[in-house]
Amino acid sequence: MTKIELTVNGTTHSREVEDRALLVDVLRDHLQLTGTHIGCDTSQCGCCTVHVDGRAVKSCTMLAVQAAGADIVTIEGLSNGDQLHPVQQAFTDCHALQCGFCTPGMIMAISAFLKDNPHPTDDEIYHGLEGNLCRCTGYINIVKAVKRSAKLMK
Amino acid sequence: MFQFNYVKAKSLSDAQALIAANPDAKLLSGGMTLIPTLKQRLAQPSHLVDIGGLSELRGIEVNDAQLVIGAATRHHDVATSPVVKKTLPALASLAYQIGDPQVRNRGTLGGSIANNDPAADYPAAVLALDATIVTNKREIGASDFFQGMFATALEEGEIVVRVRFNIPKRAAYEKFAHPASGYAMAGVFVADGSAGLRVAVTGAASGVFRWSEAEQALTKKLNFAALEGLPLDLTNMNEDIHATREYRANLARVMTKRALLNMLAQK
Repeated sequence: MTKIELTVNGTTHSREVEDRALLVDVLRDHLQLTGTHIGCDTSQCGCCTVHVDGRAVKSCTMLAVQAAGADIVTIEGLSNGDQLHPVQQAFTDCHALQCGFCTPGMIMAISAFLKDNPHPTDDEIYHGLEGNLCRCTGYINIVKAVKRSAKLMK
Repeated sequence: MFQFNYVKAKSLSDAQALIAANPDAKLLSGGMTLIPTLKQRLAQPSHLVDIGGLSELRGIEVNDAQLVIGAATRHHDVATSPVVKKTLPALASLAYQIGDPQVRNRGTLGGSIANNDPAADYPAAVLALDATIVTNKREIGASDFFQGMFATALEEGEIVVRVRFNIPKRAAYEKFAHPASGYAMAGVFVADGSAGLRVAVTGAASGVFRWSEAEQALTKKLNFAALEGLPLDLTNMNEDIHATREYRANLARVMTKRALLNMLAQK
């Protein structure tokens, strides 16, 4: 067991965790932040994407102890109070989801992607979404939402 | 995962001491292969020694016509580095094609080459550019470093510190990625540099290799037609549910052509 401090959505938490605990399990089970989903658990689907020190990572493939001291943002911390983050707003506007299971990971991946690349081309969007799988909408509206997000963020 | 003790190394010498004191310890850098391996219980290290955050292992710089990249430098940092884009754009392009954005944000150059997955991208660049792998103990030439599937010249306790890439006149990398995993079904790095014309193929066979017939043919005549009908040994080609040996060999040939076209289009 190791005692770690994590700053999650602006609040610093101190927790004793098993060295082998995954970041996603600590977020969900220790901090009750269940908006971060576990999809494939094999670092393919991207449902568990969160920001660690500003970069999108798959929290099922990172140990919580590796994130000690890091600044973490999850889907719960993205909005500004009642004001949705532009990517959240764009997903609503474009109906970029069906069952919604992949949505938190999609939104976290896209919000990080647009920070690097605020005016992406279609090909750059496809490449930027490589790490996230959606099994129901077929991506068309998700890609629309990325473009709409980019507009909203101008 | 089995239980292990996680230790964050404070320095390279600290990591070296930790590895020496614990024979069943493993080094952890980005963890993009190691953590999935642990989750499948395919490894049972006593300790994980985390070297991913060591500043001694980070950084990108140009030194004496060589591009020097620290082992713990993330793929994203290589893909987006203005220095890499300027001096060795083919390497930035290769890094941009690894895995997906989340993987590129964690995975590292040193981790990739130390693991030497037969379908990893970096080994093709390291071999084609005749790079030097600098460890905590010695310097290893690329042709001695890679020793077949998941095997390298690294000894117990040896840590990759940085890689020195010779900057070529021009180079290109093209891969046919597996659509689900992103791993190279065949990836080819073509380089025209101080070591001559080199063609390194990853993904197609049990380990990265130089296609010597293509190198000889292109050395004589640097054009597309030189590649037609050249023999490509099928003995070591991978054969699995994704592709037969013959198909992989053909992919390697096509990727070589594409890389060549890409390279020749550069000034």
